[in-house]
Amino acid sequence: MTPLRRIAQATEIMKPEDITTMQKLSIDDLEKITQKVRKRTLLSEGAGRAKVTVHMGTCGIAAGAGKVLTALEDAFKKNDVKGVILTTSGCAGMCCREPMITVELKGEAPVHYVGLSEENALQIFAEHVLEGKLVEEFALGVGHERFLGESVRVGAAAARSEEAEDVPDLLDVGFFGHQTLVALKNRGMIDPEEIDEYIARGGYRALAKALTQMTPEDIVNQVTISGLRGRGGGGFPTGRKWASAAKATGRPKYIICNADEGDPGAYMDRSIIESDPHSVIEGMLLSGLGVGSIEGYVYIRAEYPLATSILRTAIRQAREYGLLGDNIFGTDFCFDLFIKQGAGAFVCGESSALRASIEGLPGEPTSKYDHATDKGLWEKPTVLNNVETFANVPIIIDKGGEWYASMGTETSKGTKVFSLVGNINNTGLIEVEMGTTLREIIYDIGGGIPNGKKFKAVQTGGPSGGCIPAEKLDMPVDFEQLKEAGSIMGSGGMIVMDEGTCVVNVAKYFIEFCNDESCGKCISCRDGSAALLNILERICDGKGQEEDIELMKDLCGTITDASLCGLGTSLANPVLSTLMYFGDEYIAHIRDKKCPAKICKPLFQYKVITDNCKKCGLCFTNCPSDAIIWKKKEVAEIIQEKCVKCGICVEVCKFGAVE
Amino acid sequence: MIKFTLDGKEFEVTKGTTILEVARGAGIKIPTLCYHEEMSPYGSCRLCLVEVIKRGWPSIQPACLYPAQEGIEVMTDSERVRKNRKILLELYLARSPDSEAIRELAREYGVRDTRFKLKETSNCILCGLCVRACEEISGRRAISFAHRGSKRAIQTPFGELAELCVGCKACAYVCPTRAIEIEEAD
Ligand SMILES: Cc1cc2nc3c(=O)[nH]c(=O)nc-3n(C[C@H](O)[C@H](O)[C@H](O)COP(=O)(O)O)c2cc1C
Ligand code: FES
Repeated sequence: MTPLRRIAQATEIMKPEDITTMQKLSIDDLEKITQKVRKRTLLSEGAGRAKVTVHMGTCGIAAGAGKVLTALEDAFKKNDVKGVILTTSGCAGMCCREPMITVELKGEAPVHYVGLSEENALQIFAEHVLEGKLVEEFALGVGHERFLGESVRVGAAAARSEEAEDVPDLLDVGFFGHQTLVALKNRGMIDPEEIDEYIARGGYRALAKALTQMTPEDIVNQVTISGLRGRGGGGFPTGRKWASAAKATGRPKYIICNADEGDPGAYMDRSIIESDPHSVIEGMLLSGLGVGSIEGYVYIRAEYPLATSILRTAIRQAREYGLLGDNIFGTDFCFDLFIKQGAGAFVCGESSALRASIEGLPGEPTSKYDHATDKGLWEKPTVLNNVETFANVPIIIDKGGEWYASMGTETSKGTKVFSLVGNINNTGLIEVEMGTTLREIIYDIGGGIPNGKKFKAVQTGGPSGGCIPAEKLDMPVDFEQLKEAGSIMGSGGMIVMDEGTCVVNVAKYFIEFCNDESCGKCISCRDGSAALLNILERICDGKGQEEDIELMKDLCGTITDASLCGLGTSLANPVLSTLMYFGDEYIAHIRDKKCPAKICKPLFQYKVITDNCKKCGLCFTNCPSDAIIWKKKEVAEIIQEKCVKCGICVEVCKFGAVE
Repeated sequence: MIKFTLDGKEFEVTKGTTILEVARGAGIKIPTLCYHEEMSPYGSCRLCLVEVIKRGWPSIQPACLYPAQEGIEVMTDSERVRKNRKILLELYLARSPDSEAIRELAREYGVRDTRFKLKETSNCILCGLCVRACEEISGRRAISFAHRGSKRAIQTPFGELAELCVGCKACAYVCPTRAIEIEEAD
């Protein structure tokens, strides 16, 4: 039983008979379910006088949302509260400020609380839920996010209590105010394990519309008009892919959703599945209807246990409602969906390796000179799309391709989800209109760089992407612009780096990742990346030579040219882009044997500045490797042979006497 | 039939014929390490790469797998091909410095030394000919690839004496770098 059901029963808001009756749905039933859920969950429809939502994505749970939920459940029981709903939902986006809860009182706008301990949550329960007084200390904002391009300001009309005056509208909180939710439209709003809640927010209406008012060609046309491009990295026009699969003569046809997501720092797809799995299922159903397929697979990595379990529940619930299976909505459309778990190889996200893996072969890319839309899985016509790509489809069918195409830039329409991580104040999952500048993303949404440090570069596109420097901060983000800047959109990971980051070291990290993750088939990728790593290690060790730069460029050229799959042909990007923008830093490592960011340990030494040293001995007491000699009333001295360059002495010295 | 040009000459071949097959038939030399006429092409050594211009777009493709297509222009020895091949041979020299076959091939392309360093060297270049010989010629599956990245290796199941092995030595026979030694067991 999901927490909602458990609590609904405990608080007598929902009768047990409502819970178990499941029948095959007709289109009219969608409206009935919607009404029922609204009565049950919307305070304005009489669901109760208050509602508390705990955000339970993987991020929230990791930060302690489970404990917060248990504490609240206990408090509910102990206080025997009536008319208050306690429910759970997925990630609300601001992963750095979890655990988060949202409290809504009847007639008032929802208040979003962040960074909570169990005690904080109980305080909010006592003061806000029971007594109606907002707890300003933990409140981040009041109101709603901007979604589907529309913003609703709650303003004064929201009957905000006096305490709330200093709490901003959510739209004025930079992190939320600059986002536009489309693919994430239900984030934090529904219980992902409750299909009824998805339906109540307009879910499966696109499917109903497609089945009653549209031909398969209409579906594909709307997707084409929307300008939607694949969100898994390549940016291939989705409509064009679907159109060729629709035309293909082979039978059966397959729809595959790529949820292998293996880029370091990327978790867009996991979060979409964890917070709104039915949007992906509905997108796949629409794809099946559009191209004439009755069978789909979701290829999901085994490291995503929560997402897999939520998806499994969602598929079961959709089957129980007859939304998957035979004669969907009583029409002759049949479609079913199966989960295939990957074993965690990054390369299995590549289309030919993914197909091999589903077929039970080793997850190794193969050269394919036929289009997958003609000969894909088991040599049959196949549509392979990314999680986020599918999640965008229902709303496109619902509101029309033109509506979607009204957002974004000339060549990149709609919105894009990014995971914003690294040296940034607000790490989290964001969705912005294509064409938003990097500056807006990093400063307005991300809240800038922590500890007063300077921005250095942002790595986009995962291991195949590149590092974009500060000069390019005003660049609008879309497929073409990123490519021009020497990077790629990739699946949407954005790793922000401050001035304390050594780009040579970053390049080394990504090459090491690719060397590990290469399937090892092509020599260019396998031994090419190993040789490249060897050169980078040499440079970081202070043993680089001037010729190494040219050597790396030559090697990168061949790795790119000669490798079979996308992993090999793009693995050199982190090196090439850092060479392009941060060439001097490589030169500093090679010629001056210096690491400007002080990351590469062999390239710098710690020294005590005698004039500044107050002889306090703090560095001596804190040094973990006994590398400091100090006696009372004497200046400290660092023994270089013993120093492990951890930097603790610099941190603890109050007088700036270690450099 | 499919018409295309190969090193400036017109060819007409049946659909599905690879560039390597056409080139060999016409006496044009393309170096290969992982190819054998009797077995299915695999595409791991990358030495057979050629430059293909298709609808105005140049790209590098493995000749052993790439099927001839209408109107394409193929160059087996363009500057880009030669440059890539030399770098690949340097990588091979770094991997298998003791292999006479590799040194010989490298010399042919004017590569005498390598600027690259790998942590481990081995005569096995992971071309996979032995794996295919075992499966396709001998009808067994006593050896296969294990692990990925630089750790990739050819192994018997779980690295133990393979029960499936009938001792036909086909694997050692096809190995281009003589990396397989057969031990007689009692
Ligand atoms: C090494 C490698 C890894 C990839 N990993 C993923 C992945 O994890 N998820 C994904 O959707 N696409 C991944 N791709 C891209 C897929 O090959 C494919 O282009 C994509 O799933 C197509 O869907 P889209 O058109 O909706 O983007 C990867 C590609 C390569 C070369
Ligand atoms: S012969 Fe073509 S890749 Fe080896």
